Amino acid sequence: MCGIVGLFLKNPALRPKLGGHFATMLIGMSERGPDSAGIAVYHDPAGPGASKLTLFHADGGYPWREVGGQLSEALDAEVDVIHKANHAVLRVEASAEITRAWLAAHHPEVRVMGYGTTMEVYKDMGPPAEVAAKYGLAEMAGSHAVGHTRMATESAVTTEHSHPFTAAADMCLVHNGSLSNHNRLRDWLGRRGLEFETDNDSEVAARYFAYRMSEGASLDEAMEAGLKDLDGFYTFTMGTNDGFAVLRDPIACKPAVLAETDDWVAMASEFRSLAHLPGVAEATIWEPAPGVVYTWSLEGTA
Amino acid sequence: MTVDPRTLRPSHSFAPDVLAEIHRMADQGLYAIRGFGAKRRLPSFDDLVFLGASMSRYPLEGYRERCATDVVLGARHAKKPIELKIPITIAGMSFGSLGAHAKEALGRAATAAGTSTTTGDGGMTEEERQSSKTLVYQVLPSRYGLNPDDLRRADAIEVVVGQGAKPGGGGMLLGQKITERVAGMRTLPVGIDQRSACRHPDWTGPDDLTIKIHELREITDWEKPIYVKIGATRTAFDVALAVKAGADVIVLDGMQGGTAATQDVFIEHVGIPTLPAVRMAVETLKDLDMHRTVQLIVSGGIRTGADVAKALAMGADAVSIGVAALVALGCNKPVFEEDYHALGTEPGYCHHCHTGFCPVGITTQEPRLEARLKPEHGARLMRNYLTALTLEVQTMARACGKSHVHNLEPEDMVALTIEAAAMAGVPLAGTDWIPGRNGG
Amino acid sequence: MITVDLAETGLRDLNGRLHALSAETNERAWKLVNPLGQHAIAAGLTLPIEVEIDGHVGYYCAGMNKQATVTVNGHCGWGVGENIMSGLVRVRGNASESAAASGHGGMVVIEGDASSRCGISMKGVDIVVGGSVGHMSAFMAQAGNLVVCGDAGPDLGDSIYEAVIYVAGAVSGLGADCVEKDMTPEHVERLRALLAKAEIDADPARFRRFGSARRLYNFNVDHADAY
Repeated sequence: MCGIVGLFLKNPALRPKLGGHFATMLIGMSERGPDSAGIAVYHDPAGPGASKLTLFHADGGYPWREVGGQLSEALDAEVDVIHKANHAVLRVEASAEITRAWLAAHHPEVRVMGYGTTMEVYKDMGPPAEVAAKYGLAEMAGSHAVGHTRMATESAVTTEHSHPFTAAADMCLVHNGSLSNHNRLRDWLGRRGLEFETDNDSEVAARYFAYRMSEGASLDEAMEAGLKDLDGFYTFTMGTNDGFAVLRDPIACKPAVLAETDDWVAMASEFRSLAHLPGVAEATIWEPAPGVVYTWSLEGTA
Repeated sequence: MTVDPRTLRPSHSFAPDVLAEIHRMADQGLYAIRGFGAKRRLPSFDDLVFLGASMSRYPLEGYRERCATDVVLGARHAKKPIELKIPITIAGMSFGSLGAHAKEALGRAATAAGTSTTTGDGGMTEEERQSSKTLVYQVLPSRYGLNPDDLRRADAIEVVVGQGAKPGGGGMLLGQKITERVAGMRTLPVGIDQRSACRHPDWTGPDDLTIKIHELREITDWEKPIYVKIGATRTAFDVALAVKAGADVIVLDGMQGGTAATQDVFIEHVGIPTLPAVRMAVETLKDLDMHRTVQLIVSGGIRTGADVAKALAMGADAVSIGVAALVALGCNKPVFEEDYHALGTEPGYCHHCHTGFCPVGITTQEPRLEARLKPEHGARLMRNYLTALTLEVQTMARACGKSHVHNLEPEDMVALTIEAAAMAGVPLAGTDWIPGRNGG
Repeated sequence: MITVDLAETGLRDLNGRLHALSAETNERAWKLVNPLGQHAIAAGLTLPIEVEIDGHVGYYCAGMNKQATVTVNGHCGWGVGENIMSGLVRVRGNASESAAASGHGGMVVIEGDASSRCGISMKGVDIVVGGSVGHMSAFMAQAGNLVVCGDAGPDLGDSIYEAVIYVAGAVSGLGADCVEKDMTPEHVERLRALLAKAEIDADPARFRRFGSARRLYNFNVDHADAY
């Protein structure tokens, strides 16, 4: 069903090379997930009061600049548009909330892949190597990235069921495994006001964690709560604005490998995705223990 | 006081057999375990009929005009695909659940008929390898008896994710059937009740199955087709994932599929009937443009040539028989009636494979009982049954104007009930209506 | 010594070559470099040759091994030596889940830690772990010996049949029907022999023995909550 990868650069000197290393990691998971890929990259933060959104429309010729212009006028704010294949990254001198509300009202045909200040999310059909090339992943710089390669069960040419799932500003989740109680959880979250775009179990997990954090839980606490409330098999990797978390369920039938040096922390479903990272020969390599939350924070790194 | 029979009101919910079962549960504190497949009535191939020749469709003459039945399985990746003369194979049944005579009889018959047999949850016996020209070797969660030598001398490898009788359950063999020979093959103490794993020990999920299939190919130098067997549940997803994990052939077992020992609740209440499962599997294969490239073998309640023909018409490449094969060997035959009675049953109702006291010598390790099934005689019975099945399929295929049984298609059939129409995706007879697809 | 660089040579070529060796071959010593986490390296060997792998390997390294001696100078992924029939598989680093799963014979040595389900479904293999093992180790273990010089995670020996477990360190918890048993002099000697064969230095006297209580061999309603 899929492969997941995550790379977190502690050493700022490596950040220009984030994309190059990460693309190799992602492509290493192609056999687990040959059908589509999704990546979330954290870089180029928007300034105070500003936001960044990644938008999607299946039509590569969608009039992004025009829409950007309309948005700019409506919000009376500067809007910058970078168009890449089926996606566009908007930098807006306004909050993500207001921007999303405007988009929902005026352009519901556009899908918001990610929003916040730092995170960009690209999800597209095709083998991971193709998706990486299409979005110039190898050339991207950044502090951290989370990715997913998918073995699709449906043939429809759509990325609706693709990870990473975004449930809050700068927050994304990738999941390897299968939850067994996501339908009831979706209902429960729905009654608490959350809205869902798909019937996908991973989306439920993403929104569950976001919900816990919106209620005041820290990243750690949200994931601990997940151990109790989520049933099924999972390895989760979550990205947030300044951090990165990994969690395996207590039965631990889905794989996960972590590797760490002074310069970086990386995770993948299989070691072969880590095999080309610089210094991996000297890295501490271990498997995350079942039912233990692992988190890393950019705080304390430059 | 005499009882007025007119006043006796049976309860549908608490019918006699339900009352008996609750009394038994209270006595024993354990679920009921039995053999055979789902016994309750289900929408099935019986609810479909063929549209034979008419003014607009012309039949083929029997015997003279060719109606071919051959099928090739596993050409997708394997250097040595399986070539069968008939599209009817013999399903995986373990040595342990079956005796050696039964396995040998099935092997000989399959060889004579030009088809394959399959090992089961105990590994490969010499009898079966010697007697069966085309032998499919199962890799199950238990891994009992699994070894690379047998893997290499098999003709195909079948990774078992589940079976129709108990999708999500592991194998089961009760102590009375764990003789020295069975115990030796399975590395178990003699006479204990075998507990079996329901998941494979070294992979879970299609992404990791991909890696496992790759390993099996590497060990066998990419020679043999790899089958993946699934019990029918979320069939559309499962077939897609099995294809992507690298399966050359998918074996799909509906809830009518048999077992020698499983909890009754599992057999009757988990899994979906074969009818909708076949439709979903074929739709998925077509969606992936893999129909006929990855072959589909369907099992679970295949009994007659009509069932075979209908499964093929729905898009299967072949069918597999389990319970029916044992019935051909004599299961539930009205002979040795005292022995049925000793089990608390009658011929026609027996599902007592789990006891090891099969009155006709099939699902037993008792020499006294096994002697009742002579391998050569059993082989003859089985061969006759396969021949009769094939003739039946050809009869119907010719009536529909087909020179190859694979040319049977869904449009050759209509349904007699609304459920069957919806499940099979064919119109209700006399209408254009396929519930869920058109006409409301 | 034949050296094969797995960054240059395809895995199929390498495995194909190893499988094609004849019993009289003089190509008995192999060194594989740059495994880069690939899967099924040296799977399905059948001859008493020696294969040494420099680096970390993926899943099923030395799967279904017969007679060969395979050494991984690094860590390994899932199912190292799975279904091993005979011979020796040694991992100098750590092993992922399901090490030696369903092994029938021979020996698998993990010098570092093994993860969860070490020895799951084992059917006669001897496994010696220099470090610790994770949860559900020796799950449904039917035969063979599991020796753990470090600690064992929860549910050790859950649903165990006749395999024997020796642990020197702490045991987080025992699984269904697994109980501690006496370390008799005979067991101490057997353990000594296993450690010697594994070339792992540990004092047999420090170990405790665990095995089946055999209460689940035939169903008894009074043991129902062990299921």
